[in-house]
Amino acid sequence: MTPAIELRGVTKRFLTPSGGVYTALRDLNMTVEPGEFCAVVGPTGCGKSTTLALISGLEPASEGEVDVFGSPVKGIADGIGYVFQADAVFPWKTVLENVAAGPRYRGVSNSDARERALDWISRVGLSGFEDRFPYQLSGGMRKRVALAQSLINGPRILLMDEPFSALDVQTRSLMENELLALWAASSASVVFVTHDLEEAISLSDRVFVITAGPGTVKSNYKVDLPRPRNVAEIRFQPRFAEIYEEIWKDLKDEVLVSYERQKRSGAA
Amino acid sequence: MSASSVQAERPVSDLAARRKREAQRRRLTVAGLRLGLGVAILAGWEITTRLGWVDAFFWSQPSAVAAKLWLWLTQGTDLGPLWEQVLVTMEETVGGFVVGSILGVIFGVALGRSRLLSDVLGPYIKGANAIPRVVVGALFAVALGLDIRSKIATAAVLVFFVVFFNAFQGVREVDRNLIANARILGAGDRLLTTEILIPSALSWIVASLHTSFGLALVGAVVGELFGATAGLGELIYAAKNNFDTAGVFAGMALLAAMALVAEAFITALENRLIKWRPPVATETRI
Repeated sequence: MTPAIELRGVTKRFLTPSGGVYTALRDLNMTVEPGEFCAVVGPTGCGKSTTLALISGLEPASEGEVDVFGSPVKGIADGIGYVFQADAVFPWKTVLENVAAGPRYRGVSNSDARERALDWISRVGLSGFEDRFPYQLSGGMRKRVALAQSLINGPRILLMDEPFSALDVQTRSLMENELLALWAASSASVVFVTHDLEEAISLSDRVFVITAGPGTVKSNYKVDLPRPRNVAEIRFQPRFAEIYEEIWKDLKDEVLVSYERQKRSGAA
Repeated sequence: MSASSVQAERPVSDLAARRKREAQRRRLTVAGLRLGLGVAILAGWEITTRLGWVDAFFWSQPSAVAAKLWLWLTQGTDLGPLWEQVLVTMEETVGGFVVGSILGVIFGVALGRSRLLSDVLGPYIKGANAIPRVVVGALFAVALGLDIRSKIATAAVLVFFVVFFNAFQGVREVDRNLIANARILGAGDRLLTTEILIPSALSWIVASLHTSFGLALVGAVVGELFGATAGLGELIYAAKNNFDTAGVFAGMALLAAMALVAEAFITALENRLIKWRPPVATETRI
């Protein structure tokens, strides 16, 4: 079977404003199967978000190959959903207009887009808020809008960049459960970037550990916890603790390396 | 239920009532002081000129200005009925404002979108901006004649630069995440402009409209000073030539009234165009 996502020997360099070259990713290899829920963990600044930018086609790779469903990524492709870390819902559009944006941009008629948007708004539990503007919603509700906005396009690949990091702990585990339910109802592959190992394990089938920058895959672990899961409770299972300990051993060194570097550059 | 909850409730409602009374008292104080200040300034002006401390020939006096306004209102001005002069200046101002704003938005968005265009045109626009722009009124008076077109052109030039720089800045400072999100959702270049860049720049553009309407009025009046047959600027110019300072002040009062009315319209427009923004605290606004 063709993997949903395949990165082979990918390197990504950026020009810094001062004219230097900054290597964000170095020789990175990663494979995600169709329908698989993958988490990517790593220390701050290791290029986790860059990985998503490469898969989505927002940024081209400097070296190496990025394939999505067997064909190389050239620019932004159809079938990709992206939930950003910061609020990226359009502040001048209502909830309904925000969710309907994707289909409208793809040429669906206004009335069809509206109908589909109403359906997705109710699926993420925002019925009754269709005419609100984002500033009138809580952080959790804005994330629901962002989720509906991405999922309405029926993505085969859903990229999520620390989507819940700004939420409080209770809202966060509610949102995580809802994400799992929505994902189970679709057939999408998910790449979920986070710095929170607990979140990574409780959500995913596979965890990739990225090294301190320039980032490359240090190891990947299969998470063999049963589904359906309740993220608030799965943390208490003995198997969860085992997996956590195993991955943490790997991750700890990278976190320390990154921390030492930050201290030296005075950023910590 | 218990005694404590009953006790806890009463002070809260008391507090709310007290706050309300305090706010009301403050509003009255402010209104009283405002009125008092206005009366004091006018009375001081009137008294000092009556006593001969200040020469009323050069500085006029409120009663003379009021009399002049009344005369204009009831018997018309030397140039014709008063409402005609107001209308002419209003037309020139609004015309210049609309033309300048539209051109400003178009150029601002275009240059904000295109690096090449902004690099090539940048120095020219900065250079043009450095010229004291009211002098172009003299050019337009010769080139376009003494009718409404030369005034609209002068006002439009003044408005253009303000709106242009705001639109340009607004487009340049659009949140990168919003652009990335729109592209992922399927927006091409054209949709990116109409759906993201312009709405996002709109709050900058609208904020500039407050300043630029004032400038449009300046442009219209300066245009009239360079040569006109009607309008409030021409009225002021004619009064000046007759050493009629009361007429100059009366014209200024009418211009101020016009600007305030327009300001109210622009605020209403602003609230309509950017209703998606959280309401700002109105306390500090003047």
